[in-house]
Amino acid sequence: MLKYIARRLLVMIPTLFAISLASFFIIQLPPGDFLTTYAAGMGAQDNIIAREQLAVLEERYGLDEPFHVQYWRWISNIVCCGDFGQSFEWNQPVSSLIWDRLTLTMLLAVVSTLFTWLVAFLIGTYSAVRQYSLGDYFWTFIGFIGLATPNFLLALVLMYISFRYFGQSVGGLFSPEYQNAPWSLGKAWDLFQHLWIPVVIIATAGAASTIRIMRANLLDELHRPYTTTARAKGMQEWRLIAKYPLRLALNPFISTVGWTIPTLVSGEIIVSVVLDLPTTGPLLLRALSSQDMYLAGSFLMMLGVLTLIGTLLSDILLAWLDPRIQYEKAGRR
Amino acid sequence: MTHVEPAPDTTGARVDPDTSPEGSSAVPGGTKRRNNLYTASQWRLMWWRFRKHKLAMVSAIFVVFVYLLVLFAEFFAPFHSSDFDAEYQHAPPQSLHLFEETDDGTRFNPHVKGFDYESDEETWRRTYTTDESEIYPVRPFVHGHEYELFGLITTDIHLFGPTDPDAPMYLFGADRNGRDILSRVIYGTQISMSIGVVGVVLSLVLGIVLGGVSGYFGGWIDSAIQRVIEFVRSLPEIPLWMALAAALPQSWSQVQVYFGITVILSIVGWTTLARVVRGKFFSLREEDFVTAAVLDGVSKPRVIFRHMLPSFTSHIIAAVTLAIPAMILAETALSFLGLGLTEPTVSWGVLLREAQDIPSIAHTPWVLIVPAVAVITTVLALNFLGDGLRDAADPYNK
Amino acid sequence: MVAESVQTSASPELDHDSLLSVRALQTHFPLDQGLVKAVDGASFDIRQGTTLCVVGESGCGKSVTARSILQIVDRPGRVVGGEILFRRQRRGAGKGPDGEIVDLAALDPKGAQMRRIRGGDIAMIFQEPMTSLSPVHTIGNQIVEAIQLHENVSNREAKERAVEVLHKVGVPRAKQRFDSYPFELSGGLRQRAMIAMALSCNPALLIADEPTTALDVTTQAQILELMRELQDDYGMAIMFITHDLGVVAEMADDVVVMYLGMTVERGDVVSIFHDPQHPYTRALLRSIPTMGMGTRTRLNTIKGMVPDPYDRPHGCPFHNRCGEYMPGTCDQIVPPPIDLDEHRQVRCLLHGGAPSSGVRNEVNT
Repeated sequence: MLKYIARRLLVMIPTLFAISLASFFIIQLPPGDFLTTYAAGMGAQDNIIAREQLAVLEERYGLDEPFHVQYWRWISNIVCCGDFGQSFEWNQPVSSLIWDRLTLTMLLAVVSTLFTWLVAFLIGTYSAVRQYSLGDYFWTFIGFIGLATPNFLLALVLMYISFRYFGQSVGGLFSPEYQNAPWSLGKAWDLFQHLWIPVVIIATAGAASTIRIMRANLLDELHRPYTTTARAKGMQEWRLIAKYPLRLALNPFISTVGWTIPTLVSGEIIVSVVLDLPTTGPLLLRALSSQDMYLAGSFLMMLGVLTLIGTLLSDILLAWLDPRIQYEKAGRR
Repeated sequence: MTHVEPAPDTTGARVDPDTSPEGSSAVPGGTKRRNNLYTASQWRLMWWRFRKHKLAMVSAIFVVFVYLLVLFAEFFAPFHSSDFDAEYQHAPPQSLHLFEETDDGTRFNPHVKGFDYESDEETWRRTYTTDESEIYPVRPFVHGHEYELFGLITTDIHLFGPTDPDAPMYLFGADRNGRDILSRVIYGTQISMSIGVVGVVLSLVLGIVLGGVSGYFGGWIDSAIQRVIEFVRSLPEIPLWMALAAALPQSWSQVQVYFGITVILSIVGWTTLARVVRGKFFSLREEDFVTAAVLDGVSKPRVIFRHMLPSFTSHIIAAVTLAIPAMILAETALSFLGLGLTEPTVSWGVLLREAQDIPSIAHTPWVLIVPAVAVITTVLALNFLGDGLRDAADPYNK
Repeated sequence: MVAESVQTSASPELDHDSLLSVRALQTHFPLDQGLVKAVDGASFDIRQGTTLCVVGESGCGKSVTARSILQIVDRPGRVVGGEILFRRQRRGAGKGPDGEIVDLAALDPKGAQMRRIRGGDIAMIFQEPMTSLSPVHTIGNQIVEAIQLHENVSNREAKERAVEVLHKVGVPRAKQRFDSYPFELSGGLRQRAMIAMALSCNPALLIADEPTTALDVTTQAQILELMRELQDDYGMAIMFITHDLGVVAEMADDVVVMYLGMTVERGDVVSIFHDPQHPYTRALLRSIPTMGMGTRTRLNTIKGMVPDPYDRPHGCPFHNRCGEYMPGTCDQIVPPPIDLDEHRQVRCLLHGGAPSSGVRNEVNT
C-alpha cells in the first residue's frame, strides 16, 4: 500500500509542473498586463508617485522579460518561500488573500462530495434493487432534471424562492455579525447554517450523474454469477445484496468520484459567484477580468493542485477497498 | 409412475397455425421476420431499437423542432430580438384570448389585451393591469418587420403576430427594455444551439484524430495522449474556461468571440470524445469479427473503414449527442458570468445574465423562468435523445 | 412456514429411493419480446446417492431447470407449473427413506424454509469458478459464511471446518489458501474452492452446472475424479449438468436428455448409450467422434439449429430437425411422456401418443 501511494505521489510531480505551467501560460494570454491598464488610469492624473511605484513593480516582476524568466521567478518563489507574489489590485501578498478563500472552497467541496456520495449511494441502490418501480422512475427523472439544470440556475431559483416566500436573501456563508469575527463555536455554527444551501446546489448536479453511475454499476453486479452463488448458499436477500453486489459496485463508484471532484470544484466556483460566497469563485472572476495575474494564476494553480490531491485520495481509497488494483499494478511491473 | 398428458384428439390437434396461441407464426411468418432480423443493416436495427424508446422519440421530435427554430428564427419570432418599446418595460406575460365577447355575442377573434400601468413613486417600479378595452387581434402569417431568410429571400411574413406590428404582444412577458422575451428566446436558439454543434464538431475532429491516433498506434504515443487527456480532465473546467474566456481580447467582434468560445469549450470537450473513440478502437481490435477479417487477409484500411468504422459510428453519434448539451450548458454559464457573449448578441446565457438581480426577479420572474425553461427542456431532450441513441447503438446487446 | 409444511405434508408419495422428483416443471420468462418457455415439461427423478446427468445442447433449459430446483431463477423468470418434490432429511440423521417431503416449487423463493434448503440440503456449483466467487472477499470468508448460514458454530470452529473441507477437496496448503482471494488461485483450485464451499454443509444433493466446462482437460479429469471420491465419502446425490457426452459416460448413473426445455428421454446410462429411443438422443450420440473413425470421415452433426426461443415449433419441439419426422403428426401434437420400463421414459410420437401410430399406443399405461 505504501509503495502504491509513493508511486502515485511520484507520478503527481510532472502533473503539478504541468498545472503550474498551464496556469501561468493562461494568465499570460491576454494582451497587455495589469500595469498597462493601471498606468492608463494613473497617467491621466500625471501622478509621479504612482509612476515611481509602477517602475518599482515592473522592476520587481520583470513584466517585460520573456515568459520562461517570469515563470521561473514566480514558481521558484512559491516553491522555496511560499511567496505567491503580489496582487496588483489589492496591493497585498497573494498568499494573504487566497488561503481563507481556498479553505472555504475546499470545505464546501468536501462537504458537497460527502453529501453527493450519501445521496447518490442511497438513491442509486434503491433504484437498482427496485428497478422499474415507481420510485426508480421518479428518481431517474429527478436525476435527469438535475443533470439538465445548470448549477447557477438552480442557485438563482433557490434564491428567488427564498426571497419570494421567506422574504430574505440567501447568500454569503456568514451572518453579518460573524463576517469579520475571529473563529469561534458560534461562528462555526453560523457557517454550518449557511453552508447547506450551496452544498445542496452543488451536490445536485454531481449527485444526478453519480446516481446513474451507481444504479448502472449495481445492476451489472446484481446479475453477476457470484450473486447467484451467494443466493444458492441460502443467504437472505438484503444481506446478500449488502455484502456482495453493493460492495463491488462501490469500486467503480469510488473511481468515478475521482472525476466528479473537478466537477464539484467547478460547481462551487460558479455557485459562489451567484451566491456571492467568500470563497474562490468571486475573487477569481474579478482577478481574471482585471488581469491581476499573480492572484488569478495562484488561484488556478491551487485549484488544480487541490483537485489533484482529491483525486489522489479517492484513488487511495479505491486501492484500499479493492485488493485487485494493487495486484494489477504490481503485476504489470 | 406415469405421466401422460391428455392426448389431444385429432380434430383438436389440427389447429389452424394462425389461430393457435403460440408458435403460430413459427413456420412461415416467423422465419421471414427472423430472416429480416439477420439481414437487416446495422442502421435499420438501430432504428428499430430506437423506435421502441418512446421518450427518446419524443425528444428527437422536440430537438428537430428546436433546430427548425434555429433555421427559421426570424419567421417563428413575432418580433426582432432588439425591438423594444420603453412603454412596456417589464410588462408581464399576457394571455392569448381566442374568443371575443362583443355585443352581438361571442366571435372567434384571437387577440391580446393592452396594458395600463402605475409607477411607484419611490422605486419607479411599474405595476401593470390589463386594459380590457384595448384589443389587439393576433393572426397567423402576419406582416411584421422585414428580414432576409438565409440572406437570400426578403420577406416580412411571420408565423404569428399582432396584425398591427406596433401593438404590444408579450405572451411571455417583456424584459427591462420592453423587448419580447419569447422572440428573444427564439433568437437565442441560433447562438446557443449552434455553439453546441460547432463546438462538438470541433472537439469531434480533435477527438477522432487524437483518439484514433492513440488507439491506432498505441505504445508511447497512446500513453502520451492519455496523460494529456487525464491532465485536462483533472482540472476543474469552469475556472479553466473562465481563465481562457477572460483572455479573449476585448477588441474582438462578437463573431470572433463566438468562435473563441467554441474553441475554448472544445479544449475540454475533445477529451471525452477521444476517450470514447480510443476505447472503442481498442475493444474492436480484440473483437472476433475484426480478427476474422484480418486473418482473411483484408487490407488494413479496409479493416478500419469497412469493418471497424461502421460499428462505431453509431457510438460516436450517441456520444456527440450527449456532448452537445454539455456545450450548451457551458455557454450559458460563461455568458452568465459575463465572460462569454454579451449584448447585443442574444444567447440563452445572455438572457439569463439579465436575471441576476434577485429582488427584481421577484417582481419579474418571467425574465428568469422563460429562458431557464428553454435551457432545461432542450438539454433534457438532448440527453434523452443521446441516451436512446446509445442504447440503440448496440442492437445485438440486450 | 407452518402453512408450507401443512401444504407439503399432504403432497404425494415419492419413490422410496428417490431424493428429488421433478414433475412436469415449467419455468417461463415473460420478456418484452414474448414469453420464453425456458423449461416446459421437465420430469425426472434423482435417486439417493447416485449421479444424474442432464444433457442437451446450449439453451435447452438445463441450467434453468437446476436453478428452478433452488428457486434462484433470475428475474423475470418464474416457476409456473409442476412439482419439485424433495425428501428433506433431519440434520444429523442418516440418509434414508425417512424425512419430510417438501414441494420446492410451492415454497416462497425468499422464505426461510427455502433458504435453509439452499446451501444446506441442496448445494450448487457453477460453470465459471472465476466469476462465481466474489473477487473482493477471501475464499475463506465465503466458505465460513456458507457454514455459518446453516449451522450455529463459532467463528473459530467455522474456520477450522472450512480449512478441513478445503483440505478435503485437495487444496494444497489449505490454511494459507484460506486467506487467498479468488484471483490468486488457478482455475482448478477455484473450482475446488467452490466445491469445498458447496460441501461445507454436507448437502444431500449437489447440483453441478457444467462445473468443468471452463477448465482445461487435465483439470477437468481431476475435478471429475474428485467429485466421484467425494460422493463416496459424503454419500450425496449429484445432479450433473453437461453437454459433454464423454463426461456423462464417466459420471452418470442415470441420464436425462433435454431439448427445448423438455425432457425427451430418460433412463440409466447403459440403456441410454446402448439403446437410445428418441431420435434426438440418437443424433446426439452419433455426433461423438470415436477412436476408430477414419481421419477423412466427416463428423455427424445434427442438422439445423436450436430454434429461436420466441418461436417454438408447434407440436414436437424437435420435429423440424428430426430424421424421422412424420408430417401431419409431429408438427401438430406435443408428444406425451411414454414409460418404456421402470426407469425409462421417452417423449416421442414414434413410441405412441399419436392417434395414427396406434400400434405402440398400448405401451402407454
